Amino acid sequence: MTLDGKVPSGPIETRWARHRDHLRLISPANKRRYTVIVVGTGLGGGSASATLAQLGYNVLAFCYQDSARRAHSIAAQGGINAAKNYVGDGDSVYRLFYETVKGGDFRSRESNVYRLAELSGNIIDQCVAQGVPFQREYSGELSTRSFGGALVSRTLFCRGQTGQQLLLGCYQAMMRQASEGRLKVFPKKEMLDLVLVDGEAKGILVRDLTTGEYEAYAADAVVIATGGYASVFNLSTNAVGSNVGAIMRCYKKGALMANPCYTQIHPTCIPFAGWFQSKLILMSESLRNDGRVWVPKKKGDKRPPNEIPESDRDYYLERKYPSYGNLAPRDISSRAAKEACDDGRGVGPSGYAVYLDFRDAIQRHGRKVIEERYGNLFELYDHISGEDPYAQPMKIYPASHYAMGGLWVDYNLMSNIPGLFVIGEANFSDHGANRLGASALMQGLADGYFVLPYTIGDYLATTQPGKVKPDNLEFQKVKEEDEARINRLISIKGSRTVLDFRIELGRLLWENVGMARSEESLTKALEEIPRIREAFWSDLKLTGSEKDLNQQLERAWRLSEALDFAEVLTLDARERRESCGAHFRVEHQTPDGEALRNDAEYTYVAAWEYKGEGEKPEMHKEPLTFEVVQPTVRSYK
Amino acid sequence: MRFHLKVWRQEGPEAPGRFFDYDVDDVIPEMSLLEMLDKLNEELIKKGTPPIVFESDCREGICGTCGMVVNGSAHGPQPKTTTCEIRMRHFQDGETITIEPFRAAAFPVQKDLLVERAGLDKVIQAGGYTSAYTGTHADANAILVPKDDQEYAMDAAACIGCGACVAACPNSSAMLFVAAKIAHLGTLPQGMPEEPKRALSMTEVMQEEGFGACSNHFECQAVCPKGIQVETIARLNRAFLKASLKRRA
Ligand SMILES: Cc1cc2nc3c(=O)[nH]c(=O)nc-3n(C[C@H](O)[C@H](O)[C@H](O)COP(=O)(O)OP(=O)(O)OC[C@H]3O[C@@H](n4cnc5c(N)ncnc54)[C@H](O)[C@@H]3O)c2cc1C
Ligand code: SF4
Ligand code: FES
Repeated sequence: MTLDGKVPSGPIETRWARHRDHLRLISPANKRRYTVIVVGTGLGGGSASATLAQLGYNVLAFCYQDSARRAHSIAAQGGINAAKNYVGDGDSVYRLFYETVKGGDFRSRESNVYRLAELSGNIIDQCVAQGVPFQREYSGELSTRSFGGALVSRTLFCRGQTGQQLLLGCYQAMMRQASEGRLKVFPKKEMLDLVLVDGEAKGILVRDLTTGEYEAYAADAVVIATGGYASVFNLSTNAVGSNVGAIMRCYKKGALMANPCYTQIHPTCIPFAGWFQSKLILMSESLRNDGRVWVPKKKGDKRPPNEIPESDRDYYLERKYPSYGNLAPRDISSRAAKEACDDGRGVGPSGYAVYLDFRDAIQRHGRKVIEERYGNLFELYDHISGEDPYAQPMKIYPASHYAMGGLWVDYNLMSNIPGLFVIGEANFSDHGANRLGASALMQGLADGYFVLPYTIGDYLATTQPGKVKPDNLEFQKVKEEDEARINRLISIKGSRTVLDFRIELGRLLWENVGMARSEESLTKALEEIPRIREAFWSDLKLTGSEKDLNQQLERAWRLSEALDFAEVLTLDARERRESCGAHFRVEHQTPDGEALRNDAEYTYVAAWEYKGEGEKPEMHKEPLTFEVVQPTVRSYK
Repeated sequence: MRFHLKVWRQEGPEAPGRFFDYDVDDVIPEMSLLEMLDKLNEELIKKGTPPIVFESDCREGICGTCGMVVNGSAHGPQPKTTTCEIRMRHFQDGETITIEPFRAAAFPVQKDLLVERAGLDKVIQAGGYTSAYTGTHADANAILVPKDDQEYAMDAAACIGCGACVAACPNSSAMLFVAAKIAHLGTLPQGMPEEPKRALSMTEVMQEEGFGACSNHFECQAVCPKGIQVETIARLNRAFLKASLKRRA
């Protein structure tokens, strides 16, 4: 298989404009004859649905929550990047592009990243028009702040609820389209499978989560916007319902899975406290603007933080990375925290935490300013930990957070299956091996508001609208397959719960495929995963029936896909024998412990093709070329 | 810690429900209330009993999915807290905790603690947006927004659509929810032009969807996890009145 990324050539500044000018168009009058399914109502799916409906397409939008407004994009706290250069600190489209390519450790497509940076400003204009209440200065102008991996202040925010406000913008735009009848939302319907007709994506099979009924929906194209897969680690910052099911089912229908090993571990989360936990809570990275990260210099120093004098503290990020300091990118900050704790200098009951200290910022700016900037985050922390971050430093530790990998897409955001588009966190496109803070919101909205609405037309123009109906035999076939799989789950009648297996898998991955990976740990995981999967399929215990509201069954279905996904993720991590961005192979590091890339051999996207149950998937390579930014050793010192 | 729970269980929308008693041991103070229910559910499944159905997703107080009545109040007795944010250290060891679903005519119980809240989406569909087209707009700084207005809009925009205000209201009114949206959009220059239409139609659809009218009990403000103020309701009433007069004139 040759992978054609359809990346345009010519000067990078005009690639998108020229590409867009040559896309096929559908006349306004004809658009309503086309139906598009959008699975997911987060920033990716929400912005796409609203825009497609406004263009005149007939849109069917699905989510597993009880309302489109509850997609996990709602939880994003810190902010969204835009190359607006409002503060005049030298920001530009080029700089955002450059920092994103560098932040991704030279493992992303230049053309995609440039387009993303180019569209970033439009997103903000769009959101303001929708009534998103971004933080403002007394002048009435927009405020900005800095995020990890950036030397300028380009992040816009709505207190600590940026994702919420952006998502409500999308959701409200969706509701407006729904009231005008061009968009229909189907909450509490989980996509089980993709339906292909003559090799093209023409519909989905869903399970109604209230009744347990199977339902078929046909369309002229399918857009997947089901978010990331960080939840395979069990404990993550994702929602408890976030899952890899939809993209795995597409993979099993032939869509390629790209770079699954690129998983981001976020440096600032409330530390792990025990296996009873259902998730780990993120403390926005924006806190690193004012908070200083440190651990005691001496091992096992058990003094309360406020009694440890300045001379006994190691502000390790400031020490190791003087130019970026506390704003070093996520992968680097996470590894540095792990290193300090592995060295016996961690704090808190488990020894796996570091301090994030606001003492100096409060002294410098006063409590009121800090309260204004982070009030609700401090409140959240206090709520959960029972400690007051105004009085003593927060304790934080890295946690699984974001998926840079995902389904492979070309420059038009279409997968290798014609008619199957993938947007938002579910695709692999723009962040390479590591994503910079505040760039996921930007990417989801760029995909949905400004890219997909153009590129999908180019595909639809080649098809005859409404050709496939839900009574097509392919739907029946897929239903029989999925029904059999669900019945199998129900009929195991073993002794262990879904959660039991979820924890076992998550723990295995965290310990062996987490922040530090080695040939040995990855091989071990590859041996263990099939064992857990086998135990799952022979010893799972579910109660209730499939034709009913059955939350255990929903979780079992999702976990069954996560078990299969874990294997592809681990395989990808083993085959990539270099360190890059968030993918850290202990065998490949510089003498001072930084990631050591191997550009000669690994400057490619690894796209995995499913070969059947129990078969090893096949890797295809899409070579990456760098015409504008020359790959260098990524330095934040 | 150990707790005695009284949990409402109901097999379906039509089935009668009742409280069931459960004892949960080995609860850790750091656990959230939902994690304690997860633990109880694990024990129930192992015994072959159907687990308690309740909804949640973000588990950090922002998606608005969770929502139960805990010890008699929506989202529990602690102010400005969602159900998923409740931590067990806030209870006394050995205490009896009562957990039941939100109760309102517009929120029929589907199963156990899970209710149907589709009415809230319908209310937003009736005008809870600006009609700005998606596409190219003037620069975001072209229209300045006074900081106080932006802060006020943000306070109101913080609503998570959980429906606790409805559950706490003796009339099952969604007035606080509606007022929050009107205050959010109506305070910003981008949302102002459509305010009269928005105030009328959102209020009308609210009533059509089976939510009651507001008769100033203000229970909503007390349970609202995001601190939405009843003052927004007064603002809505003014906007509604102004728009009705205009419509008549
Ligand atoms: C706690 C947290 C904080 C973050 N903070 C920031 C930040 O400050 N800045 C930033 O840029 N990024 C941030 N991110 C990342 C960013 O929020 C996400 O990457 C982004 O919002 C993902 O959007 P999405 O539309 O791709 O997916 P989501 O918002 O996750 O939406 C997924 C949608 O798919 C639906 N779905 C999933 N599976 C199915 C199925 N099988 N059938 C039907 N529907 C399905 C869900 O119902 C949902 O509607 C944060 C992430 C987290 C977890
Ligand atoms: S106003 Fe408060 S209680 Fe009502 S839905 Fe919004 S957040 Fe929930
Ligand atoms: S689960 Fe999201 S608010 Fe409680």
